[in-house]
Amino acid sequence: MIEAVIFPLIKIVIVFAAVLVAVMYVVLLERKVQAWVQVRLGPMRVGPHGLLQPIADALKLFVKEDITPVRADKWVFTAAPVIVLVPALIAFAVIPFANQLSLFGYTIPGRVADVNVGLLYIVSVASIGIYGIILGGWSSNSKYPLLASLRASAQLISYEIAVTMTLVTVIMLAGTLSMVGIVNAQLAKGWWFAFAQPVAFFIYFVGGLAETNRAPFDLPEAEQELVGGFHTEYSGMRFAFFFLAEYANMIVVSSVATTLFFGGWLAPFPNVSWLSWLGYIPGWAWFGIKTFVFLYVFLWVRATLPRYRYDQLMRLGWKWLIPLAILNVVVTGFLKVLL
Amino acid sequence: MAEVITFYVLAALILGFAALVVTARSAVHSVLFLVADFLCVAVLYVVLQAQFLAVIQVLVYAGGIVVLYLFVVMLVNLKRPAEAYSDPNRLGRLGLAMSLAVVAELGAIAAYGWVKPDGPASTLDAANVEQIGMALYTDYLIPFEVASILLLVAMIGAIVLAKREM
Amino acid sequence: MSHVPVQTDAPRPMFDTDELVINMGPQHPSTHGVLRLVLRLDGEKVIDADIVIGYLHRGIEKLCENRDWTQIVLLTDRMDYVAAATNNLGYVETVEKLYSIEVPRRARYIRTLLSELQRVASHLVWLGTHAMDIGAVTVFLFCLRERELVLDLLEEYCGARLTLNSMRVGGQPFDLPPDWAKKVLAFCDIQDRKLPEYEHLLTQNRIWLERTRNIGVISAAEAIGIGLCGPPLRASGVNRDVRKDEPYAAYSEFEFDIPIGTRGDTYDRYLVRLEEIRQSLRIIRQAVAGLPEGPVMAKVPRLIKPPAGETYHAIEAPKGELGYFIASDGKSVSPYRFRVRPPSFCNLQALPRLVKGHLVADVVALIGTIDIVLGEVDR
Repeated sequence: MIEAVIFPLIKIVIVFAAVLVAVMYVVLLERKVQAWVQVRLGPMRVGPHGLLQPIADALKLFVKEDITPVRADKWVFTAAPVIVLVPALIAFAVIPFANQLSLFGYTIPGRVADVNVGLLYIVSVASIGIYGIILGGWSSNSKYPLLASLRASAQLISYEIAVTMTLVTVIMLAGTLSMVGIVNAQLAKGWWFAFAQPVAFFIYFVGGLAETNRAPFDLPEAEQELVGGFHTEYSGMRFAFFFLAEYANMIVVSSVATTLFFGGWLAPFPNVSWLSWLGYIPGWAWFGIKTFVFLYVFLWVRATLPRYRYDQLMRLGWKWLIPLAILNVVVTGFLKVLL
Repeated sequence: MAEVITFYVLAALILGFAALVVTARSAVHSVLFLVADFLCVAVLYVVLQAQFLAVIQVLVYAGGIVVLYLFVVMLVNLKRPAEAYSDPNRLGRLGLAMSLAVVAELGAIAAYGWVKPDGPASTLDAANVEQIGMALYTDYLIPFEVASILLLVAMIGAIVLAKREM
Repeated sequence: MSHVPVQTDAPRPMFDTDELVINMGPQHPSTHGVLRLVLRLDGEKVIDADIVIGYLHRGIEKLCENRDWTQIVLLTDRMDYVAAATNNLGYVETVEKLYSIEVPRRARYIRTLLSELQRVASHLVWLGTHAMDIGAVTVFLFCLRERELVLDLLEEYCGARLTLNSMRVGGQPFDLPPDWAKKVLAFCDIQDRKLPEYEHLLTQNRIWLERTRNIGVISAAEAIGIGLCGPPLRASGVNRDVRKDEPYAAYSEFEFDIPIGTRGDTYDRYLVRLEEIRQSLRIIRQAVAGLPEGPVMAKVPRLIKPPAGETYHAIEAPKGELGYFIASDGKSVSPYRFRVRPPSFCNLQALPRLVKGHLVADVVALIGTIDIVLGEVDR
């Protein structure tokens, strides 16, 4: 009884809280990393080195006036930010942070749930998030946010295809759709799938950048764009939801990349004897480190690259990434049969 | 017992949302109720231990197809065609004809089920992805290929229609 | 420009696609000032652009008719506020031409130094804002970091960073501070090391190339026809630079090259300006090395009153050919007519021609590539 109900509940609360705190601090991390790349310091005033900045931002967004456009569709206008945020958060239900944790005599699996179709669950949940973007633009009852939101969602749908194709190759190698199963397959095979499937990893990462509307694919929400983007009419807490959802999506993409391609909670070099001390670092710490590395690369890319124009972006996704991903599937299939 | 209650609750939700789809005033609200409907169907699949189907239902139907419905509804000017004004009962007659066709189809299915003996109940194991995959690529290969070709035709048709004259 | 949708007999398409009219500005992060564009779009493609200017008009030309000849130098600072020294230079040289004053050699060298430093600073601002509009935000910070060094040098010379007031009719108000020349050379070395950094981020970057290659192509004949000047003209392949064709200040004594482009697209304009920075550094080094001794101010009467007459004189400002037309009636302490030919104003006229057929996202890149300053356009 306890194990079946109470532990998952506690885990849900912990994961939820951890993700929200992580999202807030990723925002600060982005400002700091961008600042240091650009020869400046970033937030420094609120707390030591700006560490309390996210709390100040959260407070500000809480107390801001909630403006609803007069002719906006009230229900949809309220629902849109929720529809964007919830999928980003519930995707964490199947991500394995560690193998087994032994606490107070119980062995607790290091994940909220192990669904046998875990990987597809994450993809399907992400596709629901697209509704929030479309509805956010539409419910503002203004033609520019509507057009911007439709473009953003078209971008998301296009890159979803390429990303899903790369996940197919991972499934082919692992033989299972369960996230835990994929990590265990990497343990069994002795090498991480990033080295077995470098093309898939590359496409996944580029697709992940496009899925989360990050540079260089962030034209739909760029300040230099003509239209204000799909969240123009949102202010206060509602805007905060869109904002949080984007960063939560970033963390989801990074976590999934870690789990699928970089061994999840596994320590690197398990077979090298003089590096066996790496095994003493707990699994969840490895997971955290690897996810952090991916997040850092997200931020790094944003600070460095200019942004693609929308038609170039779509051309890249449809004419380059999707054929490459499909080719990758075919080649993997051949190799799997031959070897 | 819990399963029965769950089933009835879900069935009520599904039928309720379907009714809302048909009666909603705004086309966008219709589409949103349709999404909710599909999500409830996905939950039903989970109750029936068909997790893969549930996820695919959400991913493909709710997350792909209906999104494109939404695009069309938002972008295309949906006004009543000119002929509708000249003949006010047109929609009513059309609706009657379609509902008669649906009732006839349902009747045919019910009759078929009555006449044919019950086959063995199929069970899905925990790895139902593999099971579905095997069935799809061996027993049901031809329908699978026909469906693929149908989708290909639809894609080509869409591209031809949307292509602008240079 | 009419906003009436076109009526044709062609079969009506399935989707309602009228022309969309969008207003961009005057408050917009990417219009580099208070510029207003009214764009007519067909889907994503721009059919036409209507430019509305005047939001920064301060009546400088009229104001000058009520100021005396020395006070006007202050007003010229505020036209192209990014490159004030060249504005000053154009004005004082025009008055000196009207007055037939011979400026001492040292003063001419100092003027050249200031102009070229200003050219570097102006191009750095251009590069930073242009890159930022296209999305490479880091380049903006890097360029401004170097521009700070130039502004420090200028502040040391004349006390101001932006509105310099650094030249007078007949010469320079101050001589160079001690060690200033050494600091200028140190800056040149730093800038030479930093230019490869910007290039590393942009020049071979695939995304940058896709955003700037073949965007806004103008052929040489068209460029001359529109009346372009400065880097846009040179990027289209026309070899015209006032510093070489009609040398002024001390330019005839220095060796430098004029970068000429081949394709006339945004990428070429980027390369041309980048190379101009290098050539400016070359001129600065030569000027510092050959700095002559002597007075910095010619013998000019206290109250400047040029004889009656009118003249036009042009110089090569960072943005293009900056011309001043001044008419004096010989009697009053102010000009009779003060007219500026700002390069930004003339280059801006090319914008509708440039954006036609491009997508909305390119409009921002194209405004950036012409390099306009509204202070100059509107005066």
